[in-house]
Amino acid sequence: MNATASTFAPEPADMVWPAIRWAVARDLKVALRSRAELGVQLLFYVIVASLFPLATTPERNTLASIGPGVLWVAALLASLLSLPRLFAGDHADGTLEQIALSPYPLVALVSGKIVAHWLTTGLPVALIAPLLGLQYALGGEALAVLVATLLIGTPILSLLGAIGAALTLGLRASGSLLALLILPLYVPVLIFGAGAVEATRTGLGASAHLSLLGAGLLVACVGAPFACAAAVRIALD
Amino acid sequence: MLEAQKLAACRGFSRLFTEVSLRVHAGEALVVTGANGTGKTTLLRMLAGLSAPESGEIRWQGKRVAPLDAKLRAAMAFAGHLPALKDDLTAEENLASLVALEGGAPSREALRDALDSVALARQRALPARVLSQGQRRRIGLARLSLIARPLWLLDEPLAALDAAGAELLARLLTGHLAQGGLAVAATHAPLGLGGSRVAALVLG
Repeated sequence: MNATASTFAPEPADMVWPAIRWAVARDLKVALRSRAELGVQLLFYVIVASLFPLATTPERNTLASIGPGVLWVAALLASLLSLPRLFAGDHADGTLEQIALSPYPLVALVSGKIVAHWLTTGLPVALIAPLLGLQYALGGEALAVLVATLLIGTPILSLLGAIGAALTLGLRASGSLLALLILPLYVPVLIFGAGAVEATRTGLGASAHLSLLGAGLLVACVGAPFACAAAVRIALD
Repeated sequence: MLEAQKLAACRGFSRLFTEVSLRVHAGEALVVTGANGTGKTTLLRMLAGLSAPESGEIRWQGKRVAPLDAKLRAAMAFAGHLPALKDDLTAEENLASLVALEGGAPSREALRDALDSVALARQRALPARVLSQGQRRRIGLARLSLIARPLWLLDEPLAALDAAGAELLARLLTGHLAQGGLAVAATHAPLGLGGSRVAALVLG
């Protein structure tokens, strides 16, 4: 009986992985063809993070104490800068319609797009962060924790941001509206991300912060794609 | 069989159409005509499941379908105003990607043959950015020929196509209908479907 049932309706799992693969492969391909855009976003991160030592003080202790916060705020802004691109292009050229009408589950396709977004924006930011952290006289252990928090935290930024990007599709001034909508949601990520580095620096240990960030990532992974898919459906209606 | 009963659509406070009923059998095409702004695109998007009707219901193979119903999605190919092409990808990459999105896995030869059949063999490796509107439309035709779907929903399929392109579309459509496919097309110009069963629906 199971065999006959499966011939009529493919198992959902059969549909999920190909859908995620399709979305990741396509978005990565498109992103790599327009590398300038990726470069601009990464450069933005580098510049914002480098402005603070110039504007404040070369004093080591001060820099080390503002460093984690500044690097995290810059990562937040860099993520925000790239978010409008996540769905706007596909919405404008009609791809989003075809994505919604595809036999693959929309949630899986949207998840794939979020993964690709993180690979092209969050991951480079996390990898370049230790280099920028040197400007703030952060020690080796603090730098390692900084990278760890960014690796756990930036996917949350992509997941939450994707909901905002989908909700603001097709609106005027959607970029600034997206910032207003999403930045408050980023606050917990910022607090625990920067807090973990600060705790390491002052010798308290970062495991509590990292656990909370990890928990946040799990919740976002489970919830955000569904919210995002619902928002895409609304945007197309 | 695709059926719709007493569909109604609103845009803002104005009513586009009410009480639109239609029935399309296998091997049959329904041509939707009407002046600009009478709701042809809206009707097609409703049938595709992209927007919900204000009232009324849509049935596919006798079963009522909600917007974005999984069975209908697996049976339908929708070609809207927008070509769904990425400017940075080549014609062949765009076609492969669109077909893969519909669950197909065409071989390189199949892709090339399809592009060949819509007279885009020489533009195969060009980025979609440099293609003309008509050539972009032709990629859409190649896509229709590669994804085997019983129901085609075509919005202004003739837009931007030249005489040869229109002939190509007519040939594709008659072939599709002859194999028992269904089609609903919103259009201003005749599609040239002599010999096929064609019904007409006039909006407005």
